[in-house]
Amino acid sequence: MNTTTQKGMFHKEYAWRGIAIVCGLFVIVLTLGIGAFLVYKGSDTFLKFGHTLWEFLGSTQWQPVDSAQGGGSVGTLIFIVGSLVTCGLALLIATPFALGSAIFMTEISDKFGEKFYRPVVQIFAGIPSVVYGWVGLTVLVPFIRNIFNRQVGHSILAAGIVLAVMIFPTITTVSADAILAVPDSCRKAAYGLGSTRWQTIRRIVLPASAPGIISGVILGLARAFGEALAVAMVIGQTTALPTSIFSTTKTMTTEIASQMGNSMEGGELKSALWTMSLLLFLVSLLFITLIHFCTSRGKKKLEGGNA
Amino acid sequence: MTGERMSNIKFEIEHLNLHYGSFHALKDISMKIEENEITAFIGPSGCGKSTFLKTLNRMNDLEDNVTIDGTVRMDGKDIYKEMDPIALRHDVGMVFQQPNPFPKSVYDNVAYGPRIFGIRKKSQLDEIVERSLRQAAIWDELKDRLKKSALGLSGGQQQRLCIARTLAIQPKVILMDEPTSALDPISTSKIEDLAMELKKDYTIIIVTHNMQQAARISDKTAFFLLGEAIEYGKTADLFARPQDERTENYITGRFG
Amino acid sequence: MNNRIQRAKYADRIMTCVFYAIAAFFFALLLAFSGKVIIGGLLGASPEMFAFERQGSIGNQLFNTIYLVFVSLVVSVPLGVFAGIYLAMYAKEGLFTRFLRICIETLSSLPSIVVGLFGYLVFLIFMGMDRSVLAGALSVSILTLPLITTTTEDAIKGLPPGYFQASMGMGSTRWQAIFHVLLPACIPRIMTGVILAAGRGFGEAAVLLYTSGSGSTLRWGNWDLSSPTCPFNLFRPAETLSIQIWNLQTNAQDTALANLASAVLLLLVLIFNISANAWSHHINKKNSGEKA
Repeated sequence: MNTTTQKGMFHKEYAWRGIAIVCGLFVIVLTLGIGAFLVYKGSDTFLKFGHTLWEFLGSTQWQPVDSAQGGGSVGTLIFIVGSLVTCGLALLIATPFALGSAIFMTEISDKFGEKFYRPVVQIFAGIPSVVYGWVGLTVLVPFIRNIFNRQVGHSILAAGIVLAVMIFPTITTVSADAILAVPDSCRKAAYGLGSTRWQTIRRIVLPASAPGIISGVILGLARAFGEALAVAMVIGQTTALPTSIFSTTKTMTTEIASQMGNSMEGGELKSALWTMSLLLFLVSLLFITLIHFCTSRGKKKLEGGNA
Repeated sequence: MTGERMSNIKFEIEHLNLHYGSFHALKDISMKIEENEITAFIGPSGCGKSTFLKTLNRMNDLEDNVTIDGTVRMDGKDIYKEMDPIALRHDVGMVFQQPNPFPKSVYDNVAYGPRIFGIRKKSQLDEIVERSLRQAAIWDELKDRLKKSALGLSGGQQQRLCIARTLAIQPKVILMDEPTSALDPISTSKIEDLAMELKKDYTIIIVTHNMQQAARISDKTAFFLLGEAIEYGKTADLFARPQDERTENYITGRFG
Repeated sequence: MNNRIQRAKYADRIMTCVFYAIAAFFFALLLAFSGKVIIGGLLGASPEMFAFERQGSIGNQLFNTIYLVFVSLVVSVPLGVFAGIYLAMYAKEGLFTRFLRICIETLSSLPSIVVGLFGYLVFLIFMGMDRSVLAGALSVSILTLPLITTTTEDAIKGLPPGYFQASMGMGSTRWQAIFHVLLPACIPRIMTGVILAAGRGFGEAAVLLYTSGSGSTLRWGNWDLSSPTCPFNLFRPAETLSIQIWNLQTNAQDTALANLASAVLLLLVLIFNISANAWSHHINKKNSGEKA
């Protein structure tokens, strides 16, 4: 091998490695860029229009002016409450079912579960959210209206159910993985002590996999929290605090989705919407941190180590 | 046989056959196992000794494709026909080859069995935990770390904890499946001493690949080969005067 | 004592039934859901809805969906694959790598509406594009980038270490080992990730709401790439199936059309996801077969 081809080889090596590093850098720049843009745009509410953080988070007065003069009020409590209530309801509905399904496909019927149930659940994780929203609107909303005798079927309940179906696959697959990670020797030991299957599941398998299951629930929560259009279709879009699960209201995402298009660039309304997007970004960071916390706890639990 | 102490038969196994699918894993085994003795099963790996051990508390129910015929009677009751597997395992506890503590605290590991029996009173649980750990000769080492995770213990401590966990359900029989194969010599001798101590109150059946261990601690020994129980008798006799040529070959180290 | 065992066994049996019931319930629900959407949507459609017209049909939207996702993959696949190669082969565990991983995770968990707004801000406001295929596709790329990066990294790391060592042992550079040995060996796996990413892109609506617009006027056979009616013009607005469903529900006009759009969209996503699933299953089988 002569030296020129060798030199070429190394040049290529450096070039390609450079490209790989640049692509890695690009991902970082992109993420930081998204964060920076949101901070830049979202801070206008406080810096340019002089609203307080307390007003933004704690007030229900939502009357931002759609012009650069400002002077309206930007309380987003309604949307925050709306998001929390719908997501809470979705979790409340989805978690028991998802956990039951996860136990079914790992502990009760593992062959059918792995070969058939898991792929089906995974495939359904990919169903577009607008389709969920559309079916919610055309099937669930009339159903709620008729069965509960309401004037409108659009409601927090409808949004909660749509979200629950949407996040069910996420929670199921992550929980199932957590349950599978519990070593078989634990199950054997429990059976060897004369436990029934349910006792083994409840007292050994579930506690041991709890951190992983909680990660799954948070992942589902994050998905529900960020969903905009499916919720917007069925929640009824009224700017008022909900009083019951049949109330119509708005969430942060639905308000952003519906107002962003018809607001003026540089106006107070638009900056308030940007600030809400920033809040969404921060919440998703919070979810990631929580998941990291759970995973490291779970690792410690299954690998020992006395902290 | 006048000089011998009358002992009770704990297990009576007659013509036991076990198949994994089409593989004939245990071939026509008949044997009587006596109470308050240590019975050792020895033989090369794959000879069926562990499989046989598992038939005694029906752990093989949990595996697929296993068919069993013949009878296993414990205290005169057919454990496959007249007993419930869950109830059986309360009487016949098991210690596994790899120490397998639950990912819980030391205390919760030992209290697991009593809790699934429905014992909830703290004082009662405390008492059971202390008694079991004392019986397993590990109380002094662990009394200050009852609330710590059992996974932080050394392998030998974990195994003795697993024995304590089994004792807490107050079984009549303890099955040990190569309980020391994953442990160092010092931990091994601790477990052996413990087994000798426990045989006063329990019937112990131990599978081991270590012939010296069988010779040291057991009263009776059975030699297994290719799914058959080749020879079964008093440990001293079996090692000194094996009746079967295959047994002799094995214990003198000519194969295995 | 016996009583307790009886009770425990009773509880066990009840819970087993409960788990079967839950599994059966969701199985039935999911089948009913997809059955309703697909069969209901297709049966309720009239033939002219399949046409490629400006109004009242889904043909152009279907084309827009596929074209937009294709363009987004052209951007995100190379970026994601190279970033994945970096993570699997070049990254040393350190602050930079840890931070990169955090970034990937953050990207993958961003609400899609936030990504859409970012795209709107960067491509429309700062770069002055109009709502267009390109702006929408680039925004979708942001969403699919983390998925492709992690699949690539996992695929490379999942290869037997012998591949890399053998190549390096013959005096190749790191890059030659990657390019000639590792990448070819894990292309099927990366493809599964790409198919999944495509499936995600097809269904995405919130991202496109403010980036791709809602034009659907196409003149087939118009090859002037700068014309707003040319199907392949990257700078024309494009309404995808998911945006069409969203628009139809806001205007509450044509239920049958939205049903059909849902059915076609669902079919598209299901076909992609099922084939990704089947493919990865096939790969796993082949690989384990080779080892045995």
